[in-house]
Amino acid sequence: MSVSTNPSARGRKAVAAPARRVRRLSRRDKVVLGMMVGIPTLIQLVLVWIPTLMSVGLSFARWNGLELTDIKPAGAENYQFVAHDYPPFWPAVQHNVLWLAFLALVATPLGLLLAVLLDQNIRGTRIYQSIFFAPVMLSLALIGIIWQLFYNRDSGLLNFLLGTAGTPQAVDWFGDSGVNIWAALFAATWRHAGYVMILYLAGLKGVDPTLREAAQIDGASATQTFFRVIFPAMRPVNVIIIVITVIESLRAFDIVYVINRGTNGLELISALVIQNLVGEGQVIGIGSALAVILLVISLIPITFYLSRAFGKDKEA
Amino acid sequence: MSIAHPTDAAAAGSPVATGQPGFGPGRTGHRPGRPANNKQGRRHYGTHVFLIVMAAIWLVPLGWAIFTALRPKADTDKYGYFSTGGAFNFDNFTQAWTQGGFSQLFWNSVLITVPSVFLILFFASMMAFAVSRVNWKFNITLLIMFTAGNLLPPQVLAAPLFEMFKHFELPYALSDSGNLLNTYISVIAVDTAFQIGFVTFVLSNYMKALSPELTEAALVDGAGVWRQYWDIILPLCRPALAAMGTLEVIFIYNDFFWPLLFIQSGDRLPVTTAINNLQGQFLSNYNLIAAGAMITAVPALVIYLLLQRHFVAGLTLGSSKG
Repeated sequence: MSVSTNPSARGRKAVAAPARRVRRLSRRDKVVLGMMVGIPTLIQLVLVWIPTLMSVGLSFARWNGLELTDIKPAGAENYQFVAHDYPPFWPAVQHNVLWLAFLALVATPLGLLLAVLLDQNIRGTRIYQSIFFAPVMLSLALIGIIWQLFYNRDSGLLNFLLGTAGTPQAVDWFGDSGVNIWAALFAATWRHAGYVMILYLAGLKGVDPTLREAAQIDGASATQTFFRVIFPAMRPVNVIIIVITVIESLRAFDIVYVINRGTNGLELISALVIQNLVGEGQVIGIGSALAVILLVISLIPITFYLSRAFGKDKEA
Repeated sequence: MSIAHPTDAAAAGSPVATGQPGFGPGRTGHRPGRPANNKQGRRHYGTHVFLIVMAAIWLVPLGWAIFTALRPKADTDKYGYFSTGGAFNFDNFTQAWTQGGFSQLFWNSVLITVPSVFLILFFASMMAFAVSRVNWKFNITLLIMFTAGNLLPPQVLAAPLFEMFKHFELPYALSDSGNLLNTYISVIAVDTAFQIGFVTFVLSNYMKALSPELTEAALVDGAGVWRQYWDIILPLCRPALAAMGTLEVIFIYNDFFWPLLFIQSGDRLPVTTAINNLQGQFLSNYNLIAAGAMITAVPALVIYLLLQRHFVAGLTLGSSKG
């Protein structure tokens, strides 16, 4: 595989240069370079990739997490158990799918809409941006607590606004297993939409203004211009947004863990992994099988992203 | 690499911008012909109404938390939470601060965040230099491995890391657990490993856009690889390093999961993870919980106000991170 480090137009002159440079490296330079690459790579292998492979290995084993000698091969037992005899598993899958659908169909389009509106040089645009972006600075754990105060049955604002506070109809928004996933999704949207907005605002600024002019001269309406010209021109940003949306919905954990540790209507695969690793049983095999299921699903957006981000480099 | 360049130009003052077509000067001034001026005016009116409503909705949860935090528990008990009766003061904040042990918790956050961010920037910039400035066979493979690692859900590696640290024995003089669990080292190490990938990816794109003549000249002068990296490339990367540094401070300050997994003693937890215990600690005193939550938000909001440009630049520079 031959690699040129500067495949784009930006590095035109550089294409020939690196090859020459390599030959001029002294032995000392080679040692220094080896360290510069070796240390980070070692950290990455030991603390990210080897544990990932170990997760795969442990998912085919039975282990209580105590002595290393207790690890017994278990074949696909853990997976069978998870799929057939583990009640929270399928609800968790459904919730993860719902999480993805909600972020993709509500939060992300809302962020895009805010970006488009704020890109028009309207008055106060910076103030609006600051307001919508503020939740992005907060941790999802903290967001869980802030919304808990808002959703609380007896002291929360929402039930007061709905006029049900203090009555038997008052809903415990985070406690009632019928509604808490939706309540959590609104809290997650609060953060996600601002994140999407800021990325699209940057994306919109990067679109060549002549494209918009040309489309309008051709008689396209504002809506047509946006969907047929501007939106497709933001393809790199769109790829990032898709990946972030999918990955965020797989990673969703903090907020449900803060609410009720991911139980009672808020089961998510990520939370089930942790429930099986800590706490009573310490069933590492089951936890690892769940982790591997999460891993396999995550590889879809990761591969999609990598092929977009690095695909062009390889062809060049 | 297509990731960084369309978005970062204005924000970070990145060198990438110089190579972009279509950013001709004078373009931004005149917007496309607008004969229908009053129509546009009316549309902006509707836009404002929508934005004001959305902004109000956005501020409500935060506003409610602040409102609750400012009122003494006795007054909310007497008048109800949804009322304006009684006093407004910072008593809940001082009480939450001492009762929650926030000075210790913030110090824990500093002990985790500061070393992690420096290690991340140091290792990632070395790696980015090596893969972007030197032509090497495995450049892309390594970069893919680093980038992919950052995108994994942390729960995927939770069990093996926990067990690795548990079985990594240390003398009791160094760690009272006898292993790496319940130490800051475990959190710093994993935070560093997890974030190196993202920062390497962003910095390598940034470095690729720097002119190769820069190091060519240094090479003629006999400068070694380390000097090229430390004296020439790194200073030129200052805007990107500032952006990544700001972003990583927030990411690590906001990290909930790794301390939750590795640290068992409540008084060693960083703020973000410790707020999970506030609800139990303050029982159902929501005024105190609200005050504690707001205290936790302060550092992030201060950084946001002071370093907003860097933070946004960091997000848009790479933005492969969730």
